[in-house]
Amino acid sequence: MTQTTIPSPQTPWATSFQQRLNTAGLIALGAVLAGVAVKTTGLSGKLGFAVSFFFIASLLIFIQQLRLRDMAAAKDSLLSSFASLAIVLTLIPIISIVSTVVIRGYQGIHFGMFANDMTMASVNDPVTAGGLLHALVGTIIMVGVALLISFPIGLLTALYLTEIRGKLARPIKFLVQAMSGVPSIVAGLFILSILVIPVTQELTGLMGSLALSILMIPTIARTAEEMLLLIPNDLREAGVALGATQWRTVSGVVVPAARSGLVTAVILGIARIIGETAPILLVSGGADALNFNPASGPMGSLPFYIWKAFLTGGTEEAYARAWGGMLILLILIISLFSLARYLSGRKVA
Amino acid sequence: MTLLENRSAAIPAPREITTKPRLSDQIFRAIVTVGGMSSLVILGLIALFLSIKGFNVLKVEQLSFITESKWEVLQDAEGKIAESTFGLAAMLVGTFLAAFIAIIVGVPIAVLSALYLTFYARGSVKKFLVSLIDLMAAFPSLLFGFWGFIVLMGSAEYWAKLLNKYLGFIPIFDVPAPIFERSPFIAGLVLAIMIIPIVTAISREIFDQTPLDRIQAAYALGASKLSMIRAVVIPYGRGGVVGGAMLGLGRAMGETVAVYTVLNVVYQINWQVLFGAGGNVASLILLKFGEAGPDEVDALMAAGLVLFLLTLVVNAISDILINTFGKKGR
Repeated sequence: MTQTTIPSPQTPWATSFQQRLNTAGLIALGAVLAGVAVKTTGLSGKLGFAVSFFFIASLLIFIQQLRLRDMAAAKDSLLSSFASLAIVLTLIPIISIVSTVVIRGYQGIHFGMFANDMTMASVNDPVTAGGLLHALVGTIIMVGVALLISFPIGLLTALYLTEIRGKLARPIKFLVQAMSGVPSIVAGLFILSILVIPVTQELTGLMGSLALSILMIPTIARTAEEMLLLIPNDLREAGVALGATQWRTVSGVVVPAARSGLVTAVILGIARIIGETAPILLVSGGADALNFNPASGPMGSLPFYIWKAFLTGGTEEAYARAWGGMLILLILIISLFSLARYLSGRKVA
Repeated sequence: MTLLENRSAAIPAPREITTKPRLSDQIFRAIVTVGGMSSLVILGLIALFLSIKGFNVLKVEQLSFITESKWEVLQDAEGKIAESTFGLAAMLVGTFLAAFIAIIVGVPIAVLSALYLTFYARGSVKKFLVSLIDLMAAFPSLLFGFWGFIVLMGSAEYWAKLLNKYLGFIPIFDVPAPIFERSPFIAGLVLAIMIIPIVTAISREIFDQTPLDRIQAAYALGASKLSMIRAVVIPYGRGGVVGGAMLGLGRAMGETVAVYTVLNVVYQINWQVLFGAGGNVASLILLKFGEAGPDEVDALMAAGLVLFLLTLVVNAISDILINTFGKKGR
């Protein structure tokens, strides 16, 4: 018996450790040369360094590829340089935004802020005075009411697109898409023109909810449609084969199967509107006192709280207050978003 | 054999079948259809009511509402409104200016990022970057505005000065006075950062739909990544990417709060992107709304109508492009 050895799998096309080391060395060399360029030439500052670093490093890699292989490989390396640059440029603002909010907002956070409103404090008082209880309550009420209005409409739209699939499905899909592009300030103006000016003459939390619904419906409808499309047709056919009517199939099989997907739709809808500012400024009045009744009187909200502290203050305390509110808002958005990711990541039904 | 004897009885009589739904289903279908029409109804109502409120102003101003650039309410000695002129042109120019800067800066970065995410990033890194960029799309515009004002402004002012110093001979980079703060350029940069996640997400989806067999065919012919992308991905996804860019344009044109915080809203036509004055339609509405009298509110409604129709057209074009090129390919 001869011993047969099975060769271990090879990946000759993959980048080898040596090649990676070479590239890393070239990038480091690029950084050094860029530093020299900043010291010796007219280029200066962080921008000068970043620009010269990028061009020198990609030029070095380009030359190396040209030397080792050919022009096609060298050009290819340029594309990867530019794509990496683009992703870095995309990430810089995200990192900068989140770190700014965390660092600045941290100073504006204290435990009393969840127990007080701003009736007895002005935005320029020390941050320990007053709080954002009214804003948090107002946001929760307004978003809650908006959800009560938007969810049924959004779900019905999604059901029309996936279950009924009538002649109008394509135009409706288009209109939902168009609706998601309606500028938020137009939603506010619309509520003003249809309800506030001719009918109620009063800015209330309910008007804020209605304006937010216009922005929320398309998000819920589109996400719910995607989630309902994931439900396998076998389930629908099984329901019908058991003698169920379409109504029983949808209510007893399709919607329960898509439950976690629909929760995701709701969460993404909330995340979409929770930070909306423009319509809130136009129609919800904006109060400094606690108001539990959306149907009467102005209502505060987190975006309004931040907006007011930022624009009417001007002192360090007011800025700290605004960033503190922003941190709370960002934490809410990130947790909602992570929850939606977690739920939609699970297998449907 | 009883079975044979009863054979005639075993064959049921032919019966009528119908495809007509039962009453419960008819009700269900009616309710869902009515609910499904809601987007049509809401969009129709928006157009209708903004037109009704803006009608008086539009009737007086007619076409000069969008061609003239004068927004004035003159009061006489008793505080009554003596004369008012409403022309939106300066703000329309500002809207397009800021949105185009956003597109010029944002779209190349977004498309290259999408290429990176689709063809370079792998495994968990890719997953993490995709969720991070999707999360960024969910950030409120208020946050972008404040960050732009507090953090970006300092750096952007420096970049604006550099542009002015070296490219100042080009008319749009010239400035009448050395005020670089709160310029359309900076507002455009903030808008660019806002649309990057949106355009990236759509481009990535389009690139993901490139048929794998064509990609592999290109590789099998010995193509490098660059030539594969040029020969397969770009021709396949071009329309969809343009659609994504149009969607970004629509977002940028309708943005209110971020532009209002960053830009120094002044009512004048300003082509010089580095000079600290300008505005857009949405920020004008927010600025003027607080102290507007009934007449001016009507004018603002008309401005809202113009903005609504503008974004509707842009979104419609983008939707058509994404759907024709995204789903079916060439």
